[in-house]
Amino acid sequence: MNSHLPIDKLDAIWVYLAASPLLGLTLTLVAYLIALNVYARAKHNPLANPVLIAVAIVVVALKLTDTPYRTYFEGAQFVHFLLGPATVALALPLYRQWDKLRRGALPLLGGLVAGSLTAIVSAVGIAKLLGATPQTLASLAPKSVTTPIAMAVAEKVGGIPSLTAVLVISTGVFGAVTARWILNAVGVRETDVRGFAIGVASHGIGTARAFQVSEEMGAFAGLGMGLNGVFTAFLVPVLLPILLRWL
Amino acid sequence: MLRSLAALLIFQCLGESVSYVFSLPVPGPVIGMLLLFAFAMMRPAAATAIEPTALELLRHLSLLFIPAGVGIMVSVQTVRGEAFAVIASLILSTTLGIAVTALVTRALLRRQRRRNVEESAS
Repeated sequence: MNSHLPIDKLDAIWVYLAASPLLGLTLTLVAYLIALNVYARAKHNPLANPVLIAVAIVVVALKLTDTPYRTYFEGAQFVHFLLGPATVALALPLYRQWDKLRRGALPLLGGLVAGSLTAIVSAVGIAKLLGATPQTLASLAPKSVTTPIAMAVAEKVGGIPSLTAVLVISTGVFGAVTARWILNAVGVRETDVRGFAIGVASHGIGTARAFQVSEEMGAFAGLGMGLNGVFTAFLVPVLLPILLRWL
Repeated sequence: MLRSLAALLIFQCLGESVSYVFSLPVPGPVIGMLLLFAFAMMRPAAATAIEPTALELLRHLSLLFIPAGVGIMVSVQTVRGEAFAVIASLILSTTLGIAVTALVTRALLRRQRRRNVEESAS
């Protein structure tokens, strides 16, 4: 008997595995582990953001094997699904930091309103100035909040939900990668304030980055993300028509 | 671990139900988080039991964004001719958002602290 598998056998195994959700799931986990390894070797430099690296690995793998996204997602959906329970889990770090949060409630709310308004008004204003269509502006307005809220808001104000999803993820990655330098540049050193700002402006992906720095920073980022999600959901439908008329 | 995961899922179900019944713009998991938070306030022992699993999940929050991130890369051509306007807007507004949130929050926290010191001094 031949000890090595003939090519057509290998091909058959590939076809068999590719048809099950197993490959998508395995690929996601392996890409994440490689990305974590790179992140550690880069001494936790924000440029080596694990989401960014893992996504790049998966995209290259899908392109090389000519696998459609839908096939990949059949496996990856098990990971994607855990976003729900993880959001619920944010209650616990919040609970641990509650005393600190309660004492700073008013300043945090003030920062939230200022930061959320700045992000929405500047996003819509700059894009409008550069000639974006009203539909694109409506898709841009809720980009700083977590994907499910942002997509629902975009739909309500006449944007394109799938475009909003692209913008939300890009905002999250950009914020997670650059927050350290932005915050250093404006001279904010306090862990709680840094975490809160990251969560308000770059939602879950920023929060994931904050949790890699410390649990306290993560708790404040989670709070910022949650508060801005609720605030934006109510604010954008009211604010966007006014902005579109004024600008 | 299994009990904690079950607890998280139960609170997510509760959150989804509340969001659906009152047709709120806020997604179910966010409401589930608020409900679990209220529950933790009432039953600190339960919070301590769920905590290790919750933190383990949050430590790998990055992993959970990979499938959505891949989807975005695949459908990135949706921006078409407005790429420059959208990218410039995204970069500037996110930078401003982070900076303004941090500066305003810190200024207000400092003012609050100063007031507290003055009050306790007088």
